[in-house]
Amino acid sequence: MHGGSEQLRRPASEKTPGKGDGAYTLGPMQAGPVCCDPQPLIQVDNLSLRYGAKTALDNVTLDIYRGCITALIGPSGCGKTSFLSSINRLTDLIPGCRTTGRIRVDGCDIHESACDVQALRQRIGMVFQKPTPFPVSISRNIELPLHERGIKRRADTAAIIEQVLRDVGLWDEVRDRLHASALSLSGGQQQRLCIARALALNPQILLMDEPCSALDPIASGIVEDLIGQLRGRYTIVIVTHNLAQARRIANYAAFFWVGGHAGRLVEFGHCRQIFESPAHELTAAYVNGVRG
Amino acid sequence: MAETVPVKSAGIHRDRFAQLTIYIAAFMVCAAFVWILSDIVRGGVAHLSWSFLVDAPRDAGRAGGIGPILVSTVLVLLVALTAALPLGWMTAALLAEYVSADSTFGSAVRYSLQVLAGVPSIVFGLFGNAFFSIYLGMGFSILSGGLTLACMLLPILVSTGEAGLRAVPDAYRLSAAALGMSRKTTLFHLLLPAAAPSLAAGLLLGIGRAVAETAALLFTSGYVDRMPGSLLDSGRTLAIHIFDLSMNVSGGDASAHASALVLITALLLINIAAMRLTAGWQRRKIVPE
Ligand SMILES: Nc1ncnc2c1ncn2[C@@H]1O[C@H](COP(=O)(O)OP(=O)(O)OP(=O)(O)O)[C@@H](O)[C@H]1O
Ligand SMILES: [Mg+2]
Repeated sequence: MHGGSEQLRRPASEKTPGKGDGAYTLGPMQAGPVCCDPQPLIQVDNLSLRYGAKTALDNVTLDIYRGCITALIGPSGCGKTSFLSSINRLTDLIPGCRTTGRIRVDGCDIHESACDVQALRQRIGMVFQKPTPFPVSISRNIELPLHERGIKRRADTAAIIEQVLRDVGLWDEVRDRLHASALSLSGGQQQRLCIARALALNPQILLMDEPCSALDPIASGIVEDLIGQLRGRYTIVIVTHNLAQARRIANYAAFFWVGGHAGRLVEFGHCRQIFESPAHELTAAYVNGVRG
Repeated sequence: MAETVPVKSAGIHRDRFAQLTIYIAAFMVCAAFVWILSDIVRGGVAHLSWSFLVDAPRDAGRAGGIGPILVSTVLVLLVALTAALPLGWMTAALLAEYVSADSTFGSAVRYSLQVLAGVPSIVFGLFGNAFFSIYLGMGFSILSGGLTLACMLLPILVSTGEAGLRAVPDAYRLSAAALGMSRKTTLFHLLLPAAAPSLAAGLLLGIGRAVAETAALLFTSGYVDRMPGSLLDSGRTLAIHIFDLSMNVSGGDASAHASALVLITALLLINIAAMRLTAGWQRRKIVPE
């Protein structure tokens, strides 16, 4: 990984996310390459995905670039969540779900038997559409995956917990009740806790499935700022129905559509290009809010 | 309110009649319970004392107390739970977490447990006698009785455990997997604790069932009323003591009533605990996540 300042990594044309920018201590920056020098980190080739007899994704081929934010947009049911879940093989847990095609993460085929799924999932953080805190205390939510990873010393876990909670702007709200149940947090706080929990494992990749859909505009703004600050340190794939948000934070955008019976990738490109000069008429209609 | 709505009088009569029937039925259920309870209390309460609880029975149980019998009861129960809990809950975890809901293996296990649940307890007793007492050479012993009871408790523990685990939202499993947690960690640190209330409810149901059992124990743990020296001694449980006093011992009624009172009080306490736990669990399920 090479250096690059916050400014460099954010294309000048993009609006700087509002308040709170830089308010979090993200620790030492290990910035990734600037986004005009794309190196694929996740390579998806001819991915098809079926739930029983129903095809949800048909032949998707897509590269996700290291250190960049890639937004997945498209109508409901076009397979965005399914696409995300196949990257960390979470689809293995869904009965009747089968994938074909090849996905490589950092050059290594995730379907090969040599690939350790558990290690893969520790490298890939995932935030779900609905907040999914465990029904245990706030600190234990973060400790559990850390223990599994082999980080067990109290001092270490405490330091990581504080760091990631500061990163998501939750520390000041919960520092006095780390041992309270995570279910006692508000929905927005729960979602930020889930993001913190994913960050605690120091993943290389973050998959975020509509992380702001359950949040009010303020919490959504906080999360959005956070995502902006994570750019460069993490490779982020974010699903969002909020096109303005995609436009604000993403470097690349992929537009999915349900064609025939299955979801497929219609267009992939620089965020600016997708929104300002889409090559495909479906994309143009969707980003301009016209019904396709 | 009823007066303001014009209703045909025949309708009102039918309504009243239905209401009356329901009240009578409910009254009869309550009356039966109160009658049994008052009979036991009336016959037993005078006989009840501290020394009754700790002394050894004398004169075939007509005099003395139930000390050794309480000890045997607790020992049989402990043996049964020690054997049945790990086995039952692990089977529940297997059915709920490791085999898909419609797999042949899962259905086969579930079906055999259903059959087991329907088997009369005397049949368990005969099986326990043939297998544990004779074939495995345990003789008439607390061990043999406890293990026989364990077989009876398995269906209860497995079905409550499986239902409890299935009630845990899938979101926990998915997010735990996404965090790179192994299935084992997820099961022990997340799913089982989340299912704890229903596991506990199943446990208490099982205890109630075991404490009340006679037929399965007659031919396995036997009815020697001395203080047991080890698990290989025969021991008489409370329920068997009551059975023996009322069937075989003339003049043992007062002792039988007092023993029954002790048993019913224990069962009542266990049931109240179970109900509170279940209610707490349901409340927790209803509260939005
Ligand atoms: N577990 C499942 N079993 C069967 N079909 C499923 C399952 N999950 C999703 N599907 C189907 O697959 C298709 C794609 O679903 P997916 O959840 O990936 O869509 P999505 O793009 O994330 O939609 P949304 O924007 O509403 O979240 C849908 O038609 C859906 O009905
Ligand atoms: Mg989705």
